[in-house]
Amino acid sequence: MRTKRLVAMGVALLLMGSAACTGGDGGAEDGRITLRFQSLAWQEESVDVNKELVKEWNATHSDVKVEYVQGSWDSVHDQLLTSFEGGEAPDIIHDASDDLADFAYGGYLADLRDLLPERLKSDIPQRSWETVTFGDGVYGVPFLQEPRVLIANAKWLRESGVRIPTPEKPWTWGEFREITDELGDEEGKYGVAWPLKEPVSATLNLSLATGGQLFHRGADGKVRIRFGAGDEVVPRTIHDQVNTDGSASSSTLGSGGSDTLPGFFGGKYAMVPLGFSYRQQIVQQAPKGFEWQVLPAPAGADGLTQGVSPQTLSVAEDSPHKKEAAAFIGFLLQPSNMVRLALGDWMLPTGTGALRDPALRVEEDGWAIGAGLARYLRSAPAQSVRGYPEWKDKVATPAFQEYYSGAIGLGELRERLVRDGNLVLARYQR
Amino acid sequence: MRTRKSARAGQYLALLAYLVFLAFPFLWLISTAFKPPRELGSLHPTWIPKDPTLANFRQAFDEQPLLDAALNSLIAAVGAAVIAVLIATPMAYVMARHRTRLARAATGWVVVSQAFPFVLVIIPLFLVLKNLRLINSVPGLIMVYVVWALPFALWMLVGYVRAVPTELEEAAAVDGAGRLRTLVSITAPLLAPGIVATALFAFISAWNEFFFALVLLKTPEKQTLPVVLTHFIGAEGVADLGPLAAAAFLATLPSLVVFAVIQKRITGGMLAGAVKS
Repeated sequence: MRTKRLVAMGVALLLMGSAACTGGDGGAEDGRITLRFQSLAWQEESVDVNKELVKEWNATHSDVKVEYVQGSWDSVHDQLLTSFEGGEAPDIIHDASDDLADFAYGGYLADLRDLLPERLKSDIPQRSWETVTFGDGVYGVPFLQEPRVLIANAKWLRESGVRIPTPEKPWTWGEFREITDELGDEEGKYGVAWPLKEPVSATLNLSLATGGQLFHRGADGKVRIRFGAGDEVVPRTIHDQVNTDGSASSSTLGSGGSDTLPGFFGGKYAMVPLGFSYRQQIVQQAPKGFEWQVLPAPAGADGLTQGVSPQTLSVAEDSPHKKEAAAFIGFLLQPSNMVRLALGDWMLPTGTGALRDPALRVEEDGWAIGAGLARYLRSAPAQSVRGYPEWKDKVATPAFQEYYSGAIGLGELRERLVRDGNLVLARYQR
Repeated sequence: MRTRKSARAGQYLALLAYLVFLAFPFLWLISTAFKPPRELGSLHPTWIPKDPTLANFRQAFDEQPLLDAALNSLIAAVGAAVIAVLIATPMAYVMARHRTRLARAATGWVVVSQAFPFVLVIIPLFLVLKNLRLINSVPGLIMVYVVWALPFALWMLVGYVRAVPTELEEAAAVDGAGRLRTLVSITAPLLAPGIVATALFAFISAWNEFFFALVLLKTPEKQTLPVVLTHFIGAEGVADLGPLAAAAFLATLPSLVVFAVIQKRITGGMLAGAVKS
């Protein structure tokens, strides 16, 4: 009986072992290579463009076939982590730059420095490459990005007579506060509605314009948090709009961007700070005759500078066909293709060639204003800081939420961000 | 008398409030599924769409392979339910009828295993399935669902078996029925409502399951409904609300239909013989 059981176990182990040894590598007996491209495109036009581009590649590359795999933004991190651990990751991976740090440091992504075509390297500005550079390596190609802009009720603004800002002559944060105060009234109308369900990235990214950095890397390579004068401007403005002036609605502080749109369309708010891609929802959902326009976010001492985490394309370290995968990325991100991807996602391309395309310079739907902001976009200040996700969830999110709602003051906010924050970061930097 | 009446009214009110609370998300989902984009962005949303449309359903079907996904979900859920019940029923019988130390330890372990988070098991499970070449396959997913549903199914069925009086089996034995005959003719019919309820639990948990399906199924033609539903959600939680609601409404229908068909049998079976006449 015992012998039988041992034989059965041995056979099972042998079967498992042989199965493991014969895992597929994307190659085929006829020498054709098949690459899996996991895309996170989700809007109809965007999915269509991605699929069309895959089709175009396959039509011209008989030896390297690309298979489109639909992924989703929801849980992409867990899904990729499991795939990496199990050696089953797609060859070409679509993600966002702020999600790449763990994968890059974990050795799951290929260093693309020697794989990408020169044309692509020089087409994307250095400030964008910084969002995907971890240590010495480059672990993704940043290709789409979106600034935070002010979407405004055009008629309301026109009738109020306030100066309309442009990328060349934006509002200062002080001016913005005065204008929102002027636009609001006593009857439940507000100059601005801040959707701050996720207050940390919004605050940090906008604070770059006012010289805010929050995370400072010392000579020893360790990152520490300091909350200086430049870091105060944006949070203080929002806090005062809500709690002192009453020019910003307190009820939207816990809302996401989409949640504020009904109030915006209903004439409750003159402006809503949103990501650039929200324009698609506005085009779809705005009532007939509703006039809206895109305005640049207010500027600070550092102008219109803003932090972003671009969408990226990476290659899995385990992929046996890295060169071919990088070639496909090169094809996908040719300037004309990058324009198609940007239009499909209602975002801005990172490539300078694509940004010059007339289709992205039209006045309609605020494209021209967005394209005018592209050169001010920088790497989000915290995205390469290890421990940032924990700091964000456990320390910064509740602290900012309490500050914006008026439950705590600026001193308490500063103390919690710095004291508690440095304790968290220290654990990751021992 | 007046106190009793007002207490009764209070009970009905509480029940009504509870029913409204339960029904609200589903009714709102139906309402959203039939609204055009401009009504979705209205400051004063209405229960009944002013300008109802099927465009969301059309868009949902155009954009995502909903029918294929529904079929995959159905195969996975039915497969998991049938296999889980087939395995759990004899195990539950043994655990309920033979109260040894081992059976008690097994029951304890079953209860504890319910506390394991998904992330704890997913990577080892992924590796095992990969070695068995069952990644990206519905049979592999069924295996996972069976393993996942088994402890709770077992726990449920043990309770149902215990509720069947042993005296009935003893009486059958006295009348000359063998063990198998007793099980098939006496115990199994009495256990039927419990088996149906357990199968229903396994079906619904597999039908709704998201994380394992997300991780294990790679290609679009293999994906299940909950995974496909997430394709209507973009970065930072922005959603294509109309098509998402339409697809989610369709995804809830099979569970409701199964419930509607089976619930009478469950409650009927549960209450049968509860009161001596």
